[in-house]
Amino acid sequence: MPVALTESFAKNTVAAIQEYSLLAGRAVANMFSPPIYWADIFTQMDSIGVGSVPIVILTGFFTGCVLALQSETALEQFGAVSKTGSLVALSMVKELGPVLTALMLSGRNASGMASELGSMKVTEQIDAMRALGTDPVRKLVTPRLVATMFMLFFLTIVSDAVGIAGGALVSVTLLGLNATAYIHSSYASLAYGNVVEGLTKALFSGFIIATVGCFYGMRTEGGTQGVGKATTQAVVVSSVFIIIVDFLVSRLMISIFGS
Amino acid sequence: MPDTLEAPKSEAPQENQGPVVVFDDVSIQFTRKPVLKNISFTVERGETMIILGPAGCGKSVLMKLVDGLLLPDSGSISVFGQRIDNLPEREMFKIRARVGMVFQESALFDSMSVADNIAYRLHEERMPEEEARKKVVEVLHFVDLDQAIDKFPSELSGGMRRRVSIARAIVSSPDLILYDSPTGGLDPITSTTIIELVVKQRDVSHATSLMITHRLQDAFTLARNRFNPETNKMEEIRDGGIDESTRFLVLNDGGVVFHGDTRELVHTEDPWLKDFIS
Repeated sequence: MPVALTESFAKNTVAAIQEYSLLAGRAVANMFSPPIYWADIFTQMDSIGVGSVPIVILTGFFTGCVLALQSETALEQFGAVSKTGSLVALSMVKELGPVLTALMLSGRNASGMASELGSMKVTEQIDAMRALGTDPVRKLVTPRLVATMFMLFFLTIVSDAVGIAGGALVSVTLLGLNATAYIHSSYASLAYGNVVEGLTKALFSGFIIATVGCFYGMRTEGGTQGVGKATTQAVVVSSVFIIIVDFLVSRLMISIFGS
Repeated sequence: MPDTLEAPKSEAPQENQGPVVVFDDVSIQFTRKPVLKNISFTVERGETMIILGPAGCGKSVLMKLVDGLLLPDSGSISVFGQRIDNLPEREMFKIRARVGMVFQESALFDSMSVADNIAYRLHEERMPEEEARKKVVEVLHFVDLDQAIDKFPSELSGGMRRRVSIARAIVSSPDLILYDSPTGGLDPITSTTIIELVVKQRDVSHATSLMITHRLQDAFTLARNRFNPETNKMEEIRDGGIDESTRFLVLNDGGVVFHGDTRELVHTEDPWLKDFIS
């Protein structure tokens, strides 16, 4: 029955949104009341942040490289090859640095959180935690949320820096630009608003990765097959949310800073 | 092996009276499928209630309802004289501090060592590390697993995992212990070891307990044996006697089909029950 199916789909969607909102709200509220599991926060920072440094460096660096390479063709038509540094820096700091870093972290960590928490759910470890007097949201979700938001902020800065460095390498070695001119052009083009925009996106993305990853992990059902499904859904949904929120934050920042 | 563990924590005088668990007309369903329908029963202080029934009849759901891990759709549940079916999760933690639960598949935390798994609740209660370690050593000795203290769950056999799970449940000397199929999936010899441990815990601490089992043999072993602290072994009660504190609850198709003691169960006239226990 199509009507019954539509009704069931609508109900499930509303229930999922409600469940997600409650989980995210509780995870945030737990940051401001004891007990705070500092050891778990630092463990997650190491796992999510330090563990992601290699992929973030590689992604950022080669994105900067390819950006410089591709922009040269377009800029040459206007005699503006010297503006390569400016283009790479603005693209990296405002858009590609935060978004690509978030997508990489989503692939690596939203999946990791969903599978870890999903496995704990299907093996009754979450219930055991509750039975032993611990709030699983406080113990498992809040540390991941704090760690992801904090570390993604700094990983984005790393990505921006290595991206600009990658662009510099290509500009100097392949395009024959002057290194000092590239650096100067990059630095001069960046305004306060650009940096704020990029880093705001990082904070939002961190929130999305952790809450979506944990949400799908905590509602896993159906054994190992369910864990696989939760992992896939976490990556897909968090990636789509990151792109949507990227657009919304960009629009907001343009209305605040003007460009 | 130590013969005694700490007795259950002292309780407020008014809480020493009345049954420990009361189910009154409790029903619960998942996605329109009723699992438990209008269940009512009580578990008295010091009683060991064995829960039997075919697979999928709602035994584990009932156990989770007792610990407040699930909430009923209707009816009321009281534990230690307090209604828990309308209690916020934060308030529920106070009740759970007096309950130990052994999960069906042990549910040990994979990322923690045996010692940390057992001391989990003690760490949450901010017990000094030295004192917690002492308790862990003591309880591991009780379940005869002294050598496993620094191992991880992945290094343990199924039987050892169950014993660690029992150790984790009893380390804080709870007033109520819930065993969800502690012998499920184990070979007969290991199962007997686990049942011996349950009998030992019952006769040493005299805590109230609920135990789900799929093996009738385990249920009757529990009813017909006692723990002898002198020989440190489980032995049959003389002259075919039975443990009077052991009672049975049999579920089928979401309802209670039997609630009574061992003699009543053995001499039942109910055709389905006779067939089930034969």
